[in-house]
Amino acid sequence: MQRIGVFVCWCGSNIAATVDVKAVAEALKSEPGVVYSADYQYMCSQAGQDLIKEAVKEHNLTGIVVCSCSPRMHEATFRKTAAAAGLNPYMVEIANIREQCSWVHKDIPSGTEKAIILGKAAVAKVNLNTPLTPGESPVTKRALVIGGGIAGIQTALDIADAGFPVDIVEKNPTIGGKMAQLDKTFPTLDCAACILTPKMVDVAQNDKIRIFSYSEVSEIKGFVGNFDVTIRKKARYVKEDVCTGCGLCVEKCPQKKIPNEFNLGMDNRSAIYIPFAQAVPKVATIDAEACTMLKKGKCGLCSKVCTAGAIDYKQQDELISEKYGAIVVATGFNPISMEKFDEYAYSQSKDVITSLEFERLTNAAGPTAGKLLRPSDLKHPHTIVFVQCVGSRCASCAEKGKEYCSKICCMYTAKHAMLTRDKYPDTDVYVFYIDVRTPGKNFDEFYRRAVEEYGVHYIKGMVGKVTPEGDKLKVRASDLLNNKQLNIDADLVVLAAAIEPDKSARPLATMLTASMDTNDFFTEAHPKLRPVESPTAGVFLSGACQGPKDIPETVSQAGAAASKVIGLLAKDKLTGNPCVASSDELMCNGCSSCERVCPYGAISYIDKEFRMPDRTVAIRRVASVNPAVCQGCGACTVACPSGAMDLRGFASGQIMAEVDAICK
Amino acid sequence: MQVKEYKPLIVAFCCNWCSYAGADLAGNNRLSYPADVKIIRVPCSCRVNPMFVLRAFQRGADGVIICGCHPGDCHYTSGNYYTRRRMALLFSMLDYLGIERDRTRLEWVSAAEGAKFAATMNDFVEKVTALGENKRLEDLRCKK
Amino acid sequence: MQKITRDQLIEKAASLLGNGTVSCVLGWEKGEFDYDVTPALFETESELREKFVFGDFCGANLSKYLVSKTRKCEGRILVFLKPCDTYSFNQLLTEHRFDREKAYVVGIPCEGMADIERVKELCGDGISSVTADGDELVVTTLYDDEPVRVKAESVLAERCVNCKSKKHVAYDELIGEDGEVLSSARFDEVARLEAMTPDERFAFWQNELSKCIRCNACRNVCPACTCERCVFDNPSSGVENKAAANSFEEKMFHIIRAFHVAGRCTDCGECSRVCPQNIPLHLLNRKFIKDIDDFYGEYQAGAEVGSRAPLVNYTFDDLEPGEVFERGGQDA
Repeated sequence: MQRIGVFVCWCGSNIAATVDVKAVAEALKSEPGVVYSADYQYMCSQAGQDLIKEAVKEHNLTGIVVCSCSPRMHEATFRKTAAAAGLNPYMVEIANIREQCSWVHKDIPSGTEKAIILGKAAVAKVNLNTPLTPGESPVTKRALVIGGGIAGIQTALDIADAGFPVDIVEKNPTIGGKMAQLDKTFPTLDCAACILTPKMVDVAQNDKIRIFSYSEVSEIKGFVGNFDVTIRKKARYVKEDVCTGCGLCVEKCPQKKIPNEFNLGMDNRSAIYIPFAQAVPKVATIDAEACTMLKKGKCGLCSKVCTAGAIDYKQQDELISEKYGAIVVATGFNPISMEKFDEYAYSQSKDVITSLEFERLTNAAGPTAGKLLRPSDLKHPHTIVFVQCVGSRCASCAEKGKEYCSKICCMYTAKHAMLTRDKYPDTDVYVFYIDVRTPGKNFDEFYRRAVEEYGVHYIKGMVGKVTPEGDKLKVRASDLLNNKQLNIDADLVVLAAAIEPDKSARPLATMLTASMDTNDFFTEAHPKLRPVESPTAGVFLSGACQGPKDIPETVSQAGAAASKVIGLLAKDKLTGNPCVASSDELMCNGCSSCERVCPYGAISYIDKEFRMPDRTVAIRRVASVNPAVCQGCGACTVACPSGAMDLRGFASGQIMAEVDAICK
Repeated sequence: MQVKEYKPLIVAFCCNWCSYAGADLAGNNRLSYPADVKIIRVPCSCRVNPMFVLRAFQRGADGVIICGCHPGDCHYTSGNYYTRRRMALLFSMLDYLGIERDRTRLEWVSAAEGAKFAATMNDFVEKVTALGENKRLEDLRCKK
Repeated sequence: MQKITRDQLIEKAASLLGNGTVSCVLGWEKGEFDYDVTPALFETESELREKFVFGDFCGANLSKYLVSKTRKCEGRILVFLKPCDTYSFNQLLTEHRFDREKAYVVGIPCEGMADIERVKELCGDGISSVTADGDELVVTTLYDDEPVRVKAESVLAERCVNCKSKKHVAYDELIGEDGEVLSSARFDEVARLEAMTPDERFAFWQNELSKCIRCNACRNVCPACTCERCVFDNPSSGVENKAAANSFEEKMFHIIRAFHVAGRCTDCGECSRVCPQNIPLHLLNRKFIKDIDDFYGEYQAGAEVGSRAPLVNYTFDDLEPGEVFERGGQDA
């Protein structure tokens, strides 16, 4: 039997004006388990807390009920008071007689009556409270960053800067991501490579950072502070530690007709390749599907010319297991496929390109060495039409496009238009838009400059159809502001394709048990207050995997994610919330219902031996909750038909007791 | 002899993160609703077992209302989606057994919706009051 | 009248026992009367020849017994499953209640099982024997000298009249031909109740459920009720009750039981078959099945192993409980 003390707060006149606090204290005195009852003007004051501490000592209290303001206000305060008095802090319950009683009810009789009932419910609950101790788990002081674009790079650099080792897993042969493919960056127009490649070098040279390039995460187990991750290092048939990146093999490789991914297939590369000159690691990779040696066993030219002896045709995928305390997802984005957008003739004409392709066309390291030449005949285009929102903000075309705004297109289109006019003033540039969205520092000024100083024709309206005719592209569009149809003979059409999360994100989310929205963007733990954390503890979000973002935003989110990781790794031990679910193995059926509703993947199953009532021994599958991962929502407790699953601090028995006390 | 005015007994289950905070906000703003409503705090609306609802009716509650975060806003990301399915089925079953529909309700109240909380409670109490005492789902032994 | 015979099943079982494929056989044996057939475990061929029965009263769904028998029996268990029983079998596998490898399923066709209550309605009490003859049943009673012949079709159990499937969704081998999933009128009775006024519904259920004697037969036979320990038997659950003392507790038990099996119930109809008070318990389960189909799209528990039950699933735009009521029907 508990020995419960009841402490009724006046909160000055906040409670006392509509609740007869003395009557409440008196009424609760006779409740089961209550051995002491008092009232005081301000329970949360030092004097009020001292009163509680003294009563605990004097009356050997085992439980405390404070009738006061909302537990959201002072539950933590009174738990500390209890702890200071030598009680388990979870032996405290609060009856909310201010926000949910005195402040909302006008007359003293009904306010007092309700306060007494709320007090009784709290007493009934405390009678069933048990001391709870938060679990502790160690923290592996190493972070994993999945994705080596600007988001992953920045996060890794920031974590490493704080002194923690970081591993980057990148599925491509080099880090750098989408930013490495860009030409200039808005709104400052500094070249992407000039600001990105030094960071890539920093990563390579940082002794706290390991890069697993051409690698993928294949398995993730464990939980916050203790992830066990298996990384599959794909065979690149080149010994990474031996290759000097001299590029001789690339030069000599006879197989040179492979579409170059880095230039989005607008030129070709050889079967052995280094994606671009500043690649990190600067190591060659053999494309197994294109290499004659690997396919037919003949050739071997690269091996012959490699003075370092780095070529290894027998290389196999390698599995690496490592432990991590935190995982950062930075899997980024891709433009959506334009195949289904027939109205823009993307698949019919080489001169209809996406904006990312345009970036490569204007990039000095691109297929045209930075000269703006159209892909079909390598002539200088004189009329260029940019189409915005291709597949973005398209609620009606869900099967091919996206409902959301891709956010970056307005700005990069303004950039493309401006740069074109700057370099080639003889070019007519049209931009068709639904809205121009330029919220961001110096963004609107940038867009205005494109219109006002560079004379880009911005036309509100959508392009209806693009038809290739001879060497022209007939663009039919509507000008909504002037209410007329436009027919433009364009030389080049650039589509601002919507962006979507990388395809690797969905299987990764499954491995991480991290939640995603319907568009496969990772969801954050709280959209306003915890924007860089996943609801799954220990998993953090960086960059466009969480939603469309430009570079400044990505970098700041990357830094924020890093700071969260550092905060986690700085701890030696994690103290959990003790109000977590636990399963009674004797009653558990092992049916998996609880596991299926758990948003955190906190439940796993083990086979355990049981002595059955008839003295036989049976091996049964039973649920086991990982208290370090469980957040205590209680979804599992209702999914469980046998009642084996219960929630500490909000046990079924406790809630039933409250119901009973209220309905008495 | 004076006839005692009928006062219904309402049990409200409120999730800690949204609806309980919404109820607190109603208090902060002094938005009144009948004292017949007694709130039980649960971590998430998905903690509410249909057994709790039936238990309340058994012990003499006249109405049971469950409040949680709006869909998409659950602190635990998906708890309220399960609540919604469970309660849709449970309430439909109670209706099938001939229990009055207005005795049960599921409502989404965010931490910012103090006014909605008070309005919801006023409306619910009014509807339950109109129905009168719960006679169809009670345990007579529990009546005084 | 069943198309397959007792002898066929015994031959199959004997050969599988003989060649060591299985170590025991889950089937049916005769009770006191022809019509009270119960599930039984057979370990030898001679046991089979002596006690094994198969006929129009072998309605019992054997899948549930695998949970306890697979724990006790070394080796594999041969189990005879009718089409509707295979759904329960799959559902139990979905819930990891036994190891698939421990069961050897012989799917058998089913022409519908007889309901002894219907036979009694036609032939009166005191039935001493019932035997099949063609598509008729020959019934002898204590009170009549001449046996009465009734059409097997006219005494089919309700669940067989409204058979949902003649297709086996799980088996290791089949005897006879497999059938199809059928469209049935099984929700008509639920719809009829829904169309009543709330007062009528209340009166209907009050009348039915007040017959409950809390014998727990429904729970014990239900293939979805395989809990190691039922929540109603658990003193710490707060709802423990062994005997329904009043109308509330009758309802509480049956509502919660139906809720616990919602989305998991395959509608095998065993609950109503075994109820000694003849309460139409399947109408509670079918209400949930009907609602689930209406609200969340058609879902047949046990149709495939590993499917996600509707109550452990959701979509972002599920119906609100309030919207459910707006869809029609009368309020109390």
